[in-house]
Amino acid sequence: MSRLVEIEGLTKIFERRGSLFFGGGRATRAVDGVDLTIAKGETLGLVGESGSGKSTTGRLVLRLIEPTAGTIRFEGEDIGRMSRAALRAARQRMQIVFQDPYGSLNPRMTVADILAEALTIHGEGSPAERKRRAAETLDLVRLPASALDRYPHEFSGGQRQRIGIARALMLRPSFIVCDEVVSALDVSVQAQIINLLQDLQRELGLTYLFISHNLAVVRHVSTRIAVMYFGRIVEIGAADALFAAPAHPYTRDLLAALPAEHPDMRGAHRPPPGDSFAPRTEGGCRFAARCRYAEPRCGAIEPKLETLPDGREVACFRAIDNSLPAAGERA
Amino acid sequence: MATLEIDALEVRIGAAGLKVLEDVTLRVEPGEVLGIVGESGSGKSMLALAIMELLPGVARYAGGTLRWDGEDMIAAGPDAWRKRRGRDLAMIFQEPMTALNPVHRVGRQVEEVLVRRRGMSRDAARREAQALFQRVEIPRAAAMLDAYPHEMSGGMRQRVMIAMALATHARLLIADEPTTALDVTVQSQILGLLRDLRRDTGMSMLFITHDLGVIAEMADRVAVLYAGRVAETAPVREIFDSARHPYTRALLSAIPKTSGPRERLASIPGSVPALDAFPTGCRFAPRCAMRRDACDARAPRLRDATAGHAVACIEPFGYVSDEDGP
Repeated sequence: MSRLVEIEGLTKIFERRGSLFFGGGRATRAVDGVDLTIAKGETLGLVGESGSGKSTTGRLVLRLIEPTAGTIRFEGEDIGRMSRAALRAARQRMQIVFQDPYGSLNPRMTVADILAEALTIHGEGSPAERKRRAAETLDLVRLPASALDRYPHEFSGGQRQRIGIARALMLRPSFIVCDEVVSALDVSVQAQIINLLQDLQRELGLTYLFISHNLAVVRHVSTRIAVMYFGRIVEIGAADALFAAPAHPYTRDLLAALPAEHPDMRGAHRPPPGDSFAPRTEGGCRFAARCRYAEPRCGAIEPKLETLPDGREVACFRAIDNSLPAAGERA
Repeated sequence: MATLEIDALEVRIGAAGLKVLEDVTLRVEPGEVLGIVGESGSGKSMLALAIMELLPGVARYAGGTLRWDGEDMIAAGPDAWRKRRGRDLAMIFQEPMTALNPVHRVGRQVEEVLVRRRGMSRDAARREAQALFQRVEIPRAAAMLDAYPHEMSGGMRQRVMIAMALATHARLLIADEPTTALDVTVQSQILGLLRDLRRDTGMSMLFITHDLGVIAEMADRVAVLYAGRVAETAPVREIFDSARHPYTRALLSAIPKTSGPRERLASIPGSVPALDAFPTGCRFAPRCAMRRDACDARAPRLRDATAGHAVACIEPFGYVSDEDGP
């Protein structure tokens, strides 16, 4: 499969204020040396808890924020070195859909104007042509053309997310970053949007970077899944394999923490201590302080992603040595 | 006697008197965890506020009864409620920041409760607050008493709220989406903690959530709320194994699973109706795959299908035995 997006050494450093209890005053490496490739037509799931850097990664990939270091190639071209004009052209091919369909749609604009705006900015088509494209795109997201003259507040949350998706589709992108796109939706509506995104992927040959904290949703939609912890990828692999046998201790904890799918399975795992605000070891593996399998070397040297025999990549010395105990029966 | 018994409760909102809750009948037995599951617009949070008598100004009790240990609270009035809230009831929210005072240290806020509600001296309250912090597994409990809410993570703040609920010796904890804003590992810790506390104290809980996974982790019995009415109520295993209301079944099958084959999700068409657009008949009828003409005539009342399993549907799914199944 050909590579649509290639990310190397992607890093973003934010300045941060200090806190009495959690130390600080230091700069935060929100994203710290991330390497990822996304193949044409696949869905790469990106999961992590708060502070993992997953949303920042999504924005960096589209150069909506400037990386501190690293390169992003889109269709083979380094978007960091593109001129403004070239970046603008590339942006037509790469779009983002956000979590909050309320906050990201201008309440004073009609749906027709919201959809046509991107074409206007890129100077595409006559007003009539834009309106026709808007109606076509609404049809793609299963909304009637009658929606064109209405305003965002006249729609339910799920319909607004359809409008958000339609807006992203207007420029006929090949790549869409889906940033927590179903997180604000009710379960019954979430399923509609997930099904729609999968249908659109098939119909239009889209490639997705699907960012979510909801592991079940990510498993459902993803070809491969990357797990982030404190700015780094700790594990990446095929969705089913990763869920069936998570290799990294953090991935194991994350999956073990999922609520039961049936009351007979409740409380199956005693939750691991600590949270993403837990102190971190300096210099070594970022998860070492929380890891029940940590050894002295884990606190001293930061492990790099290495490939396991099954093709999965994991940043854990003990996973690579194959010296971790077998994962729990549910994990 | 049930700790809390709600019968045909109706709450209306605004000048138009829109029914945000209608014909809600529920009971919470001593030591029981009743899970309330519903999507946005189900009225689940309004129900929590109604039980606490903390309805917003635009909402009012419009019918039915709400009994605490048999005492009719709506009839008894605000003073009786105030006593209950101080003594028997505690509530934790999705965002503990809204319930904590941002300018006071968290330890002091817990001490305040101990001094006021339990008449403790300052010194005794300080020691008890530290013990409570340890009980709710706040690391470095003594030091964290001096933290301000904004210096704590969301999970730690929720632990402080739980410590406060324990401080009052509440018999019923109303938990309104207490883990929804938390990371999954922290959610798992908090749910484990609440399960331990319930086992150790015998506290009843009314656990409100949109997440059936949280219900599976916590509830003994479940009430499924849809558009202000109870669609179904049953022991938790029956909800998962043999739900009778088409809405409950649809909800269960709309959730992506974390194991097994990944099949296309069964989605429910449309969305939860707005308060001013509730259908006259069954409120789920417009989205229901089983809908028939009679469903639009009137909202079906909750009736027992089997002992302890009630459903509000004119033709609910029958019981399908799983005993011979896989």
